[in-house]
Amino acid sequence: MNGLDELLDYDEVMATHDVVIGLEVHVELDTKSKMWCGCSTDFGAAPNSHTCPVCLGLPGSLPVVNRTAVESAIRIGLSLGCQIAEWCRFARKNYFYPDMTKNYQISQYDEPLCFDGEVVIVVDGQPQVIPIERVHMEEDAGKTSHVGGAGRIQGADYSLLDYNRAGVPLMEIVTKPVLGTGTKAPEVAREYMAFLRELMRALGVSQARMERGNMRCDANVSLMPKGSDELGTRTETKNINSLKSVEAALRYEICRQGAVLKRGGRVVQETRMWHEEGYTTAGRSKETAEDYRYFPEPDLVPVAPSREWVAQLRATLPEPPAERRIRLQAEWGFTDLEMRDVNGNEGAIDLIEQTVSAGAAAASARKWWLTELARRANEAGIGLDEVGISPAQVAALQSLVDDGTLTDNLARQVIDGVLAGEGEPADVVAARGLAVVSDEGALAQAVDAAIAANPAIAQKVRDGKVQAAGALIGAVMKAMKGRADAARVRELVLEKLS
Amino acid sequence: MNDTIHATAAELAARIASGAQSAEEITRLHLDRIAAVDEQVNAFLAVDAERALAQARAVDVKRASGAPLAPLAGVPVAVKDLFCYQGLPTTAASRMLESWVPPYNSTVVDRLLASDLVILGKTNLDEFAMGSSTETSAFGPTRNPWDLGRIPGGSGGGSAAALAAFEAPLAIGTDTGGSIRQPASVTGTVGVKPTYGGVSRYGVIAMASSLDQPGPCARTVLDAALLHQVMAGHDPADSTSIAAPVPDVVSAARKADVKGLRIGVVRELGGEGYAPGVEARFAAAVELLASLGAEIVEVSCPHFVHAFAAYYLIMPAEVSSNLARYDGMRYGLRVGDDGLASTEQVMRASRAAGFGDEVKRRIIIGSYALSAGYYDAYYGSAQKVRTLIRTDFEAAFRQCDVLVSPATPTTAFRFGERLTDPLAMYKSDLCTIPANLAGNAAASVPIGLADEDGLPVGLQIMAPVLADDRCYLVGAAVEAGLTEQWGGPLLDRVPALKEKAR
Repeated sequence: MNGLDELLDYDEVMATHDVVIGLEVHVELDTKSKMWCGCSTDFGAAPNSHTCPVCLGLPGSLPVVNRTAVESAIRIGLSLGCQIAEWCRFARKNYFYPDMTKNYQISQYDEPLCFDGEVVIVVDGQPQVIPIERVHMEEDAGKTSHVGGAGRIQGADYSLLDYNRAGVPLMEIVTKPVLGTGTKAPEVAREYMAFLRELMRALGVSQARMERGNMRCDANVSLMPKGSDELGTRTETKNINSLKSVEAALRYEICRQGAVLKRGGRVVQETRMWHEEGYTTAGRSKETAEDYRYFPEPDLVPVAPSREWVAQLRATLPEPPAERRIRLQAEWGFTDLEMRDVNGNEGAIDLIEQTVSAGAAAASARKWWLTELARRANEAGIGLDEVGISPAQVAALQSLVDDGTLTDNLARQVIDGVLAGEGEPADVVAARGLAVVSDEGALAQAVDAAIAANPAIAQKVRDGKVQAAGALIGAVMKAMKGRADAARVRELVLEKLS
Repeated sequence: MNDTIHATAAELAARIASGAQSAEEITRLHLDRIAAVDEQVNAFLAVDAERALAQARAVDVKRASGAPLAPLAGVPVAVKDLFCYQGLPTTAASRMLESWVPPYNSTVVDRLLASDLVILGKTNLDEFAMGSSTETSAFGPTRNPWDLGRIPGGSGGGSAAALAAFEAPLAIGTDTGGSIRQPASVTGTVGVKPTYGGVSRYGVIAMASSLDQPGPCARTVLDAALLHQVMAGHDPADSTSIAAPVPDVVSAARKADVKGLRIGVVRELGGEGYAPGVEARFAAAVELLASLGAEIVEVSCPHFVHAFAAYYLIMPAEVSSNLARYDGMRYGLRVGDDGLASTEQVMRASRAAGFGDEVKRRIIIGSYALSAGYYDAYYGSAQKVRTLIRTDFEAAFRQCDVLVSPATPTTAFRFGERLTDPLAMYKSDLCTIPANLAGNAAASVPIGLADEDGLPVGLQIMAPVLADDRCYLVGAAVEAGLTEQWGGPLLDRVPALKEKAR
């Protein structure tokens, strides 16, 4: 499949065309219960264990709106600068698919809860306006797994349906056409997604993990000749499941459409599928789009949030993530480079902040989370917040280093213990006997023994080759099983051999 | 036996409470009656004898222990086969759900059980409640006890016929365009469509969500009120359920006094297309109300003439969406799954085989009405008409306390007479549709037999939203006046059914 599309060089497209993008982002809320029923939204449970007559769409069942989901939607809308409707309704989107238990999705159509917003993000130091069309509420569908036939619906032996996800609250955040991105449309899209992810977490409404499908993006893109103000034909790319893919998919589509236009062709309005290997393929054509027969959902009453309620929710909004980053960088005294590292690690800013408020110095907190713990997270392929050690434990660990109980090396062994479930850092130190030996007598004995065992090296040091002391220090540390302060050992070795 | 099966629910409840007759005996006598006559009537799709008897015995035990009894404790009730009731199939009279046993109870069933009523079984209806005769039931029509060659009305013909055949003293129905009131009218029984949102729809198989309303069916107005009291009230599981106290329908039924009440006769609900016998009985009922001290005024509801057209767009539109879930994928009938057919092919085959013609007709009309490009002209316009009808009611209720009309333009027609002419069939609901569109309360009570065919005629009483009690007040007054004139209840004149030897 790959390589079928002719691509024009990106810079060549940019030289002759302006890019217009539009993003439709779906965010799964992590409310405790589903949108219309009391079933749990927990991820990863046994198939169909979180279901009831309502989310299974059994005959006679009726939906009841989850108030927390409406609250989350309003808070998202307010954070995106949207107006909040005084009165709006849900609508039924009718289509047949086995993962929709009712064969219609309860969504919103021409009366979204939130509309007409705007946010400004920063891309390579430049502000970029993202106009927001709407934020509306709907429900997620179940999950289909095709068995046999390489996992595709065509040729599958049979398909399995898991309705645990059916009815999980879903927010759809739609931008208006985004103009003025210059040559940076793909980067803008990526930054916008990163911005939304950070916002969702700051609001505490969603984990917004793209790899788990908590946050999904459909990216629209079209080209128009420079100087024209007539929008070109757009394509909509689906199946984008990482920040990197948003950027890559848009870049690919821009180059593909550029090539089509250059040879005098016409861009077909269609849905395209992104493939992780780095290309898109045509999906269904929008020109034969389905008729969803929308109409107002008669099983639900209109949502009419009072202005008082909206004002209350506005008061609960967190500090905007971008402003928070600027504030924390100043408080922590990090350089731009250091802060970029923090920002580049998902969740690091929260973990460092919590570690600092648990008593650690900012620099120490940064050191642990961005080196030792980041390494372990990478190796395990998990998030920094999933490593298994809490910010409070990291702060406790650092305080043991600060008071000389532990060296950095010993501290790493303490982390092993904490991750192995051996308790708090102090418990691990005690149980594993990891504290630095500060008994000068024992240290002196070990130094003497090392000198005696390595007379040739000792002579070199005496002769002034101070760097040879390293081998002696290593021998002492080995004998002490790492539980010594290397600097102090060095002092003792040099003292004895001077 | 006759004494028991002819008794009112109120009387049976009194006997049970006083210990004069056990709930078990009462239930057994009704089960016997069903066994003896239902082959002719076909009111029941399922009879739940064992469980009913166990429920009755539990009431007797409760009474013996001295525990307080609910007002209708131990009284048998028949439930339209649209209400989910665990342990029995809930079929909606469709092949599609022939063997579907719900894993949960509808709120109404839960409330019946919580008030210790005894559920005899499930009654027949038009398929998915679509029809006015029970002829669209996949399991054969129900026959009208007044004339077994005629329809018992629909969709709730099974519930109404069960009452008229003395198979049950109480029954539950649903009313989307007249499915409680029209069967009540043609069987000489009482049926009430409460205010929309007055009774929970949770667990009731939906036809048209914005119109469907469960309600009580009985042989007397007081019995209907007692049952209404059990069924009604706010249910958090139904978002459209009204959070307001239930109108005091039982007191109203007992009061039965219309002195000083202003009663409006709706000019648009009469005249051409109405049978002479229906008009004559209606005129006599209005005269009776006047003689009882009511003030009769003529009112005009000019938009009612468009109600029928609006209803036949809104209802099928909602039907087309509500019935989409029956696709053979998760439950119910599944056809054509030969291991090779695609999902779409199995869905298509299952729906083709599972639904009857009338259901298909409405799905097609509704899908069309909602289609892009037609929505404004059809569904959108119909909603505007709906608003105008609501406005008509509001204006009328400024001039009077209740409105009256015939419940249906004709008496019970013969089987097959309208089956091939959908428009003629739909006209059965001409008088009842406006109250569904506006959401207000309405009832049908018997007002005698038409001269030309000797078949029952019903009076429709329409009251404002949440003034359901006025239907009972007027209904009970009419009932008392006419029963006195007749020298006994109208149903005393229903021909005796031949009982099968046991």
